[in-house]
Amino acid sequence: MIGFAVSNVVLATGFVLILIGIWGMLTHRNILRIIVGFSLMGTGTHIVTVAIGYVTNGTAPIIDRALSVADAPSRAVDPIPSALVVTAIVIGLAVTAVMLAYAIRLYESKKTLSIDAFTESKW
Amino acid sequence: MMRRGSIVFAIAMLALLFAGLAIDYTERESLRPLAESYVRLLPQEVATPNVITGILLAYRAFDTLGEVAVLFMVAAGVGLVLGGGVMRGGTSAAADAEPVRPASELVQTGAKILCPLIMIFAAYIIMNGHISAGGGFQGGAVIASGITLLLLAQPDYRLDVNFLSITESLAGVLFVSVGVAGLLFASGFLDNRVLPLGRFGAFYSAGTIPILSVLLGVKVGCELCVIVDRFRR
Repeated sequence: MIGFAVSNVVLATGFVLILIGIWGMLTHRNILRIIVGFSLMGTGTHIVTVAIGYVTNGTAPIIDRALSVADAPSRAVDPIPSALVVTAIVIGLAVTAVMLAYAIRLYESKKTLSIDAFTESKW
Repeated sequence: MMRRGSIVFAIAMLALLFAGLAIDYTERESLRPLAESYVRLLPQEVATPNVITGILLAYRAFDTLGEVAVLFMVAAGVGLVLGGGVMRGGTSAAADAEPVRPASELVQTGAKILCPLIMIFAAYIIMNGHISAGGGFQGGAVIASGITLLLLAQPDYRLDVNFLSITESLAGVLFVSVGVAGLLFASGFLDNRVLPLGRFGAFYSAGTIPILSVLLGVKVGCELCVIVDRFRR
């Protein structure tokens, strides 16, 4: 169609997601929206990592009827970035849980979700 | 105004950096040497059709053990940050004063139908980890989402947190003991040749990988349930 390879499109999408996440973290004053921006940035990084592993006309690295053992080294997609991203997704969820716990505590102490209420902690 | 300008400048610089990376990137025609050796050696040595599960639970199993430790630490951390509210009289008494609204009928009926299906689906994903796409982490996350649906449908459901904590710790201990068995009986920590490798693609195959998948799935599911339950109070 246009002439862009699949992994270029996915890579660009991942980078755009990272930029949107960083912009969201920098611009909003509500703690929950900052956490959403952080989660978006993490998802964008995962997409970039998986996109780097793509091999032209490759298929998923699962050996079954569609991909025989002999064909696998030449036709499979790189499995290492996918394995790393599986770990990274779970850790991203865990970090988001800790951030939300802190947000709950901050709200209980000041009764507001805006980070402008906590500026006296800066030195 | 100054803040806005500096934010736009920072985003623009980052966008330039990313654009440079994206334009320079060309798709690979063949696998990198390490990946190629993993894909070639894995069916012979580890005997799982799913290469990614084989990497996560055989070649890089130590990283998986480290990630299990991180999950446990996060569950403990969330318990520490949020658990102190039970002791304090002020905020939790005010929260208990208002009655908990029951869920709507749509959520309740939907949960009754969907929860058993979600649990069976999670078990299927975990047990299929070594044969086709799936794995311990994925199944554990689906278990936690099923329990979250149950908690949403019945807001006063009491999760047995003690049972979950004991199960999760037991799964972690068994994971490490399988690894030590690999040290004693086979050639390394968490080597999966302690149990017989079996026929390629059969259900009982690939050594200890199905057992490790089940332990991982149980541990991740319990951990996420405990974390979700902490947020409820």
